[in-house]
Amino acid sequence: MSDAASLFEEIQEIAVRYPVRRSAIMPALHLAQEKYGWLPPEALREVAEALDLTPAYCQAVASFYDMYHLKPVGKHLIEVCTNVSCALVGAQGVLEAFEAELGIHAGETTVDGEITLRTVECAGGCGWGTVVSVDHRYREPVKPQDVPAIVEELRGA
Amino acid sequence: MALKELLLEHTGRDLTKLAEYEKVGGYKALRKALGMTREKVIEEALASGLRGRGGAGFPAGRKASFLPKPEQRTKPVYLTVNADESEPGTFKDREIMQRIPHAVIEGTLIASYAIDAQAAFIYLRGEYLTEFEIMRDALEEAQARGLVGANILGAGFNCSIVIHRGAGAYICGEETGLLESLEGKRGQPRPKPPFPALSGLYASPTLINNVETLAAYPSIIRMGGKKYAEIGVENSAGTRVFSLSGNVVRGGNYELELGTSLRELIYDIGGGIAGGRSLKAVIPGGSSVPVLTAAEIDAPLDFDGMAKAGSMLGSGAVIVIDDRCCMVQLGLRVAQFYMHESCGKCTPCREGTRWMVSLLEKIEEGRADHRELGLLLDVCDRILGNCLCPLGDAAAMPVASYVAKFRDEYRRHVDEGRCPFGGESSLEGILAPVDQHHAHVRAEIEVPA
Repeated sequence: MSDAASLFEEIQEIAVRYPVRRSAIMPALHLAQEKYGWLPPEALREVAEALDLTPAYCQAVASFYDMYHLKPVGKHLIEVCTNVSCALVGAQGVLEAFEAELGIHAGETTVDGEITLRTVECAGGCGWGTVVSVDHRYREPVKPQDVPAIVEELRGA
Repeated sequence: MALKELLLEHTGRDLTKLAEYEKVGGYKALRKALGMTREKVIEEALASGLRGRGGAGFPAGRKASFLPKPEQRTKPVYLTVNADESEPGTFKDREIMQRIPHAVIEGTLIASYAIDAQAAFIYLRGEYLTEFEIMRDALEEAQARGLVGANILGAGFNCSIVIHRGAGAYICGEETGLLESLEGKRGQPRPKPPFPALSGLYASPTLINNVETLAAYPSIIRMGGKKYAEIGVENSAGTRVFSLSGNVVRGGNYELELGTSLRELIYDIGGGIAGGRSLKAVIPGGSSVPVLTAAEIDAPLDFDGMAKAGSMLGSGAVIVIDDRCCMVQLGLRVAQFYMHESCGKCTPCREGTRWMVSLLEKIEEGRADHRELGLLLDVCDRILGNCLCPLGDAAAMPVASYVAKFRDEYRRHVDEGRCPFGGESSLEGILAPVDQHHAHVRAEIEVPA
């Protein structure tokens, strides 16, 4: 079975859990993003086809949510929470340590396409700030001195 | 009054495993509820005085009683669990799902039984991947044991549960935004009425409850609503899990009897202000509620106590702020969050939050005059109450309160033409996601192809 066929099948399995098939669009977009690393036009077309929607509709939905990437991102994603609780305990210092270590600004990807760094709104680990999400797994608390080891770990992985 | 663990008791046991949860009495409340009439279950919820733990504090039993009775129905009825925790400062539902996923499932089943819902959806914040896996595994274990699905515990009650992952949008924690999102759309709130109790998910009657609210149901059924109501204070029954964060020694989640004072939480339980600094202000219920000053922390953490102090209990997120924080920078950072999360549907919120951000930037940079300080309050006033959902209010209320309670600090920015903290504020230079997007675009333009 080709990749496209298997994504189609996986989406069908999810769609039957809902009274209305369109509800499966979010899990379908998550699956498509797992497959492509982001949501290129062909991913949106595949989701659209699997759920009898239009690609434009899928893009409209995907663009509403922060976790769907409509532009390519690095193989690894580092997200630093800079909302109030983390900011009060030094999130900016942690962010700047990542920028220095990676040689990029927040919102950018390293030239080798390996790592994307971005700030995010409250991640929900406020009592253990600064919260950093590395490939969707939370590290908390992170201090500037922890940053080199995290980057090294990703580079080695 | 202080720590009282109903939900987060049994520390040290791995309650994510069904067998362990059963050893401490797990699913006994479900069994008991299934032996009661549906009306009786709702009566217990009413008697318990339980109020919603998501933020609005609506009486949970009354909310359940609004759904049409089985004989009046023409459509299926749904229960939706709001696990899209994202109010800044709040991380309690995350720990509840991590530690007692089965209590969430058991409460979901009890509430579903009470309203005769045969399908429940748990809308779980997308970023909470680890918690999703824990909930999914717990659900699979419960399904395998016949606790979820057809003919639960042989009592003739059928209820399926689907966990639906969000994808990063604060607005989906608003109940109608959540429903839109769950229906496969952009998560933009709906006008009310109709209220979800009559026309919610797929235009069917729907009950929407927060994770912590539902996790309280097993205790209520086990001990009886009346007994539960004895915990806490008048109009604020039971316990709540408070999320303590910011400049405090021991941040974390603490389950307290309602009515415990902010001072007790911050000093006796949280160990006081970190680094020997002094307390400046406290945000007592998540970033959308009005701020309290250091002089106001004897107020009790309950619905009436917080209202009397001029704030709200909100999501139970207590953010402690020490004397290094510039209150203009705080206002700016809070406004930036709500600007980022505004769904764009209502003009006062979409445009107002942007306007607030630009005025606060001007004030912080010392470029504003006194009229603009007045304009900021005008903008807040014109957002308040003028939108379909409370997101705009959530930006306007706290910022207006910072100006009201720290007016001298705001005026000094204008009078001195600069931030009086001179670059030494704890929030100095903090990069918000709204600014990062601009940086990204600039980088794309500047780098030659």
